[in-house]
Amino acid sequence: MSALQTVKFYQTGTFTVGNRLLAPEDRSVQANMQRTNSLNSGHRACQGCGEALGARYAIDAAMNATNRQLIAANATGCLEVFSTPYPETSWQIPWIHSLFGNTAAVATGIAAAIKVKKQKGQGQDVRVVAQGGDGGTTDIGFGCLSGMFERNDDVLYICYDNGGYMNTGVQRSSATPSAARTATTMPLGPEPGNPFGQGKFVPAIAMAHEIPYVATATVADLRDLENKVTKAMGMRGARYIHILVPCPLGWGTASQDTIRMARLAKETGVFPVFEAEYGELTSALAIRRPLPVEDYLKPQKRFAHLFGKNPAVETIARIQAQADKNIRRYGLLAKETV
Amino acid sequence: MDKPFAITLNPGSSLANHTGSWRTARPVYLDRLPPCNNQCPAGEDIQGWLFHAESGSYEAAWRHLTRDNPFAAIMGRVCYHTCESACNRGKIDEAVGINSVERFLGDEAIKRGWKFAAPTQESGKKVLIVGAGPSGMSAAYHLRKLGHAVTVMDAGPYMGGMMRFGIPKYRLPREVLDAEMQRIVDMGVTVKLNSKVDSILDTMKAGGFDAAFLAVGAHIGKRAMIPSGDAAKIVDAISVLRSMEGEDKPLLGRRVVVYGGGNTAIDVARTVKRMGAEPIIVYRRTRDKAPAHDFEIEEALQEGVMVKWLSTIKQAGDKEITIEKMALDDKGFPQPTGEFETLEADSVVLALGQDVDLGLLNGVPGLEVTKDGVVKVGTDLMTGHPGIFAGGDMVPADRNVTVAVGHGKKAARNIDAWLRGETYAAPPKHEVARFEKLNPWYYADAPKTVRPMLDIIRRQSTFEEVQGGLDESTALFEARRCLSCGNCFECDNCYGVCPDNAVIKLGPGKRFQFNYDYCKGCGMCVAECPCGAIKMEAEDI
Amino acid sequence: MLKQCEGSHAVAEAVALCRPEVICAYPISPQTHIVEGIGEMVKSGELKDCEFINVESEFAAMSVAIGSSATGARTYTATASQGLLYMVEAVYNASGLGLPIVMTVANRAIGAPINIWNDHSDSLSQRDCGWIQLFAETNQEALDLHIQAFKLAEELSLPVMVCMDGFILTHAYERVDMPTQEQVDAFLPPYEPRQVLDVNDPVSIGAMVGPEAFMEVRYLAHAKQMQALDLIPQLAQEFKAVFGRDSGGLIRSYRAEDAETIVIAMGSVLGTIKDTVDEMREAGHKIGVLGITSFRPFPLVEVAAALKNCKRFVVLEKSLAVGIGGIVATNVRMAVTGMGLKGFTVVAGLGGRAITMKSLTGLFEKAGRDELEPVTFLDLDWNVVNKQLEREKQVRRSGPAAEAMLRDVGAVAARNY
Repeated sequence: MSALQTVKFYQTGTFTVGNRLLAPEDRSVQANMQRTNSLNSGHRACQGCGEALGARYAIDAAMNATNRQLIAANATGCLEVFSTPYPETSWQIPWIHSLFGNTAAVATGIAAAIKVKKQKGQGQDVRVVAQGGDGGTTDIGFGCLSGMFERNDDVLYICYDNGGYMNTGVQRSSATPSAARTATTMPLGPEPGNPFGQGKFVPAIAMAHEIPYVATATVADLRDLENKVTKAMGMRGARYIHILVPCPLGWGTASQDTIRMARLAKETGVFPVFEAEYGELTSALAIRRPLPVEDYLKPQKRFAHLFGKNPAVETIARIQAQADKNIRRYGLLAKETV
Repeated sequence: MDKPFAITLNPGSSLANHTGSWRTARPVYLDRLPPCNNQCPAGEDIQGWLFHAESGSYEAAWRHLTRDNPFAAIMGRVCYHTCESACNRGKIDEAVGINSVERFLGDEAIKRGWKFAAPTQESGKKVLIVGAGPSGMSAAYHLRKLGHAVTVMDAGPYMGGMMRFGIPKYRLPREVLDAEMQRIVDMGVTVKLNSKVDSILDTMKAGGFDAAFLAVGAHIGKRAMIPSGDAAKIVDAISVLRSMEGEDKPLLGRRVVVYGGGNTAIDVARTVKRMGAEPIIVYRRTRDKAPAHDFEIEEALQEGVMVKWLSTIKQAGDKEITIEKMALDDKGFPQPTGEFETLEADSVVLALGQDVDLGLLNGVPGLEVTKDGVVKVGTDLMTGHPGIFAGGDMVPADRNVTVAVGHGKKAARNIDAWLRGETYAAPPKHEVARFEKLNPWYYADAPKTVRPMLDIIRRQSTFEEVQGGLDESTALFEARRCLSCGNCFECDNCYGVCPDNAVIKLGPGKRFQFNYDYCKGCGMCVAECPCGAIKMEAEDI
Repeated sequence: MLKQCEGSHAVAEAVALCRPEVICAYPISPQTHIVEGIGEMVKSGELKDCEFINVESEFAAMSVAIGSSATGARTYTATASQGLLYMVEAVYNASGLGLPIVMTVANRAIGAPINIWNDHSDSLSQRDCGWIQLFAETNQEALDLHIQAFKLAEELSLPVMVCMDGFILTHAYERVDMPTQEQVDAFLPPYEPRQVLDVNDPVSIGAMVGPEAFMEVRYLAHAKQMQALDLIPQLAQEFKAVFGRDSGGLIRSYRAEDAETIVIAMGSVLGTIKDTVDEMREAGHKIGVLGITSFRPFPLVEVAAALKNCKRFVVLEKSLAVGIGGIVATNVRMAVTGMGLKGFTVVAGLGGRAITMKSLTGLFEKAGRDELEPVTFLDLDWNVVNKQLEREKQVRRSGPAAEAMLRDVGAVAARNY
């Protein structure tokens, strides 16, 4: 890299998808005319679906990193339903859907089979990705996920977090943010929306398993996401990437704002973007233009009850405090390290 | 594989499902007009040539630039670059240093000896151009490119017109000027110097010209009535600057009072400073009301030029002058205060503006002159006399090199059309790419590169160029700061951010295409296009 | 090679001879000794090219098996009782996806009350899950059925449960004839999957199927089990050719040629029944036995044929369909529909209750006299039951029935409420 490239210009830097003046090998996977489009056109995701985008970003990157030697296991959920309704599938890679809560274990089985086949000289070095939404990961699939982590099975698990059970009609999951309206946490009563003090942040729990690699990412920073997937595929053992994928339907945002919402989540500190190895934080993607959480909350109808004539100032302050805690804990205002 | 029925499916088969039918609005690619291009008096495609410069393709950039303006090296020095005031990047950090990149390209062209190609076909038409200044030489360039035989006649001994006789060499080194003039001559343009045209009609007739472009410039310094003694030395700024080009340097004494607040006043003051004199500018209004560009005032002050703001000269003697203090009234006009001061002065240089010598137009039927003493022209720059066009300082417009160069191009296009019996119709302008149409997230923080300045001691004593140029790395950096407003720069964002893979990448230089079979019309490509080169259009449903 | 060993060990060795590639297990009694045995063989290197995965639950065990089987690996797991119930969602999924997993179910009761002893409630609860279910009578048969099960599963692309009675078989030391690796290799070819996750030929497995095709998918699963009705006896024949003994098949009759009464049962209890029948035959009773090896698919035609000459049948089963009675009996009754046979259901041995020859003799004699109730609970302590029923009639908060009854039989100290 020349000194010039210390500045990320769009021609050579990392903010845009492509960088026409970068050496081809340094360009993003998504910029490639021959990218795999692992998730093909014709899927039935909603307009502006963050999960469809995140899945293609991640799986294409994994395909690229493994020289297309990849098998994916998929949890029940939006991604599964919109990609594989009989008689058509959008997946261009070997892919299996078993159940809602067992994806990590299915992937373990795939990895075990691959290992034996390779040992026997009957197969190539094929790699495994498991993927699911936040419900399939942080709730119903959590047991299998933790087991896969603990055994350090050779699986990259990718969670596409849109903060709820969107496929079944936007119900609350353990990844639904505080105060958010869902079909099961209506904005009613003394504590409207999803209660504070509940839910879990699985990346931190994954770190507690001391697995080789844990990372978070969003669909707003493609290069970061691709780098993390590529890095993960360069490692062995249990790996976990948690990708924030805004859901226009569940969040009540405009379909064109999906990337913008992910960007705001990161820039406000609501969603920390970092990586960790063997339980230790190794880097964080710095906030570039610090913003108050209102900027993130306001465009979303699921937080509409916090605004209006009598804004819920205290509730907003509590969400701001959560973001501030993320900023402190993950060092999000430090100089950019990536 | 003998696949189990229904539960196991063939890869990628969802292509059969055309999700484009969900769409209520469709994205459409478009080009919007970058504000710099919109602003440029010479009609340069600034974003277009910066695009090439970004990749280090400097010759391609220079060739793109010179499609509109042949004088990159001159422009890069003397253009007041209003494009930079319009630049959207100014709303992020600072405007792109368009002018400095332009100069870099112009200097590269001179250094590398890049030439303009002579036309491949001759039109058989002859055009006379009067005046070898920026407007005339610009017209010569464009007309020659179009295959016309061009003769330029100028009263002066050198090419360049006001670029030579009005702009000091510390701002525009003469070898730069000469190089860019000569390059046009090399295209096969005939230039006749020391050839004053006294009557345009006679000259046209004698030379068998089919059309003429008049661009004689404003070389006559305006005078002001200042009561003065016989011994008082009062000269005009233009003659001072012109005499700098010859053997006989002006003799103005030690204390030189320059009267006026325009760029010429500054130029003269800075020039005499370099000759060892002590210039003092007297101007009737305040610095912020002065027509000179503030950066020029600032540079002059740095170099030790003194200024008496809010002052008028009441009387000039042979060794001193009397000035009256002025005060601005509530409308901003200077009013006399009755307070006087005496200043030591060996000479007074009047820099109060210039007039055009319209003598060559005597007896031209149909031609009209305005009350400001310039020639009336239509939007096509044709005078009231068919086939005679005029531009630059001769016509009602801002007087600067860039405007003049723009006139040259515009006149050339209209003359070309007129010669063919047609009317030139400019292509419709695209809507301007306003800042609101951009997604500035994608542009990295990158402060403007500051051009080096000559150290102050040498600025006070020599005519070396004050402002330096960028080197290759800084020019590249500066070029890459361009936002490419309204024009696809193939960042691949639309291709990348589409959740439905409904954008087809056509390959380098070929941009993209929507695949409406699958585009659901979410609008993400529009929202995430950094430069505003996509818009949504409602579908007919 | 003849050897004296524990049933679990025999199965472990047999499974190892089948060259499994992925084995996953979660401990639950009485299956533990099987997977412990295989685990040891993998760890020691005796069983090569096999991944042994200690999972965190039975649900994970079946899920790992789904993943590995779909990737073309010969896959085995074992479970029992609560464990089987815990993996049910994945059990259905494995058969729905048509993955030829072989699983031992060391049959055990289902709680509450929690009970670790043998009956058939666990596997019979999964009678409609789409798996083939084979019941072993002896340790030898358990061993043999595993070898057959892999071949059967892989031929049909369907999962197979080999059911063997917990403790009674799994923990019993018996003499078995352990086949050689050459014999097993001769019988069981390497696994060639019908569908596989293959980077060179990618497919999507596990699509969402709507009303337009779901019925057909389900029918095809049924059709495959119907094919198994032909394949199971065929494999038993092939097995005999290689190994020289009868093992497996759909059903097996014992002294039933002229029997007026035929006792029908599954699993190890057949041994006790046969001993009882031998004695009763000595005493002149025209009684015989029909053992059902294949419970799924259920051999309706074969059962009907086996019963066509008898006057009555007694289904003795270690399971209870609460609210109706027998599970096996219901299936048998379907087989004999229209044959005008008298049939008795006997629920016996739940939760490990001993089934004695004495009780059986009394039971069968009564059956021979057609004096049995349609549903009989063998050796039920009516005193305890009646007492509890009475207590519940009188006291609203009568407390937990199980504990109260244990108190009645004196198994726990009395406490005052």
